[in-house]
Amino acid sequence: MIETDIAIVGAGPVGLFTVFEAGLLKLRCHLIDALPIPGGQCAEIYPKKPIYDIPGYPTILAGELVDNLMAQIEPFKPTFTLGERVEGLEKQEDGSFILTTSDGTKIKAPVIAIAAGLGCFEPRKPPLENLAQFEKKGVDYIIKDPEKFRDKKVVIAGGGDSALDWSIFLADVSSEVTLVHRRSSFRGALDSVEKVMDLAKAGKINLVTEAEVTALSGNGKLNAVEITHKKEGKKKTVEVDNFIPLFGLSPKLGPIAEWGLNITKNAIEVDTLDYSTNVEGIYAIGDINTYEGKLKLILCGFHEGTLMVQSAFKRIYPDKKLSFKYTTVNGVQGFE
Amino acid sequence: MKESINITIIDREDVPHEIEVPLGIDLNLMEVGKGSELPIEGTCGGMALCASCHCYVQSEHDIFDRSDDEEDMLDQAFFVEDNSRLACQVKMTEAVDGLVVKLAEVGD
Repeated sequence: MIETDIAIVGAGPVGLFTVFEAGLLKLRCHLIDALPIPGGQCAEIYPKKPIYDIPGYPTILAGELVDNLMAQIEPFKPTFTLGERVEGLEKQEDGSFILTTSDGTKIKAPVIAIAAGLGCFEPRKPPLENLAQFEKKGVDYIIKDPEKFRDKKVVIAGGGDSALDWSIFLADVSSEVTLVHRRSSFRGALDSVEKVMDLAKAGKINLVTEAEVTALSGNGKLNAVEITHKKEGKKKTVEVDNFIPLFGLSPKLGPIAEWGLNITKNAIEVDTLDYSTNVEGIYAIGDINTYEGKLKLILCGFHEGTLMVQSAFKRIYPDKKLSFKYTTVNGVQGFE
Repeated sequence: MKESINITIIDREDVPHEIEVPLGIDLNLMEVGKGSELPIEGTCGGMALCASCHCYVQSEHDIFDRSDDEEDMLDQAFFVEDNSRLACQVKMTEAVDGLVVKLAEVGD
């Protein structure tokens, strides 16, 4: 079991910066994120987009901001559980909490800071009637081990980089690769697009454009998908072993909604005194919280995390006195 | 120069909502819908990065000059039709006076 002072749910910019402010108070942090990399939305959705309202930076790319935050918190040696979604929350008799992730990792901490932004990122699932029935029985949203698809007949749906890249990769692994895309053109990285076109010409990828997968069938296990050509309405059925819809990720509040916290419109209500929730010891900072006058800005999240750790300190060390020190005076005393 | 325009947003239960939209404050259709408490998430805040404001243009307005970003995002959305737009990318100007849009279904 991992033990820490503050378990931060969400490794986006606000969760990351909170490590810094906690570190100044000698509190250690462990971050958990469903994404395999730190940075949250900044890393997953818009790493190459400029942000103009980070104080002191006339402009900074979201990805650079994440890199800088990682460098800034490095002295405080944060630990991470990445690629796992926080699912369970158990309150202990001593007042601390144990979080359990989707992979069974357990993290114990007296304070939980939920910095989960819009929730955790989950694959977008196409609206097919019996999709759930074939999950793990031929339908995969994420490719963890491409070997699983060796010598299989695979249909990939989607038009973005991941659909292109996996089509290229699996062309050499699977016995048959069909790529289905709703338009005739692709907007992925140019060389990936060219490569897919070349592989299609060489007969190594069946490229089906202006079409979508409209039905799945099988008996306990997927064995065919129906592809409908959008303009002509023509349908054809393709025998498959695997269907891989790759339509990116979208955030979902997920299991946090079941923790007994007061939630309004997918956001957690907090007291602006210290960004505490209605459950003592659990705080919510950044885009995930709501209060009168709330603005979903990274800069506001930084402020919230900063005030929050002061309150967390008092909860963890009720008898210790906390004296506020400027980093300019004291420098940054990192952990060993 | 007009000070406001009127548009109609039809919700997912087929109920039309007529909305007067002030011009000159740089609003987009997603913001207008959210401001009117319609069920538009606008998760990404208007960067054409989430498709939660996906809608269909039902009036005759020819406003299909989509940016690459918007096309990219529509590639990841569902129930996409020829008249699909991301509301956050539709600017409120005099040119869209009388616009009628319907909110698209949101996938799972």
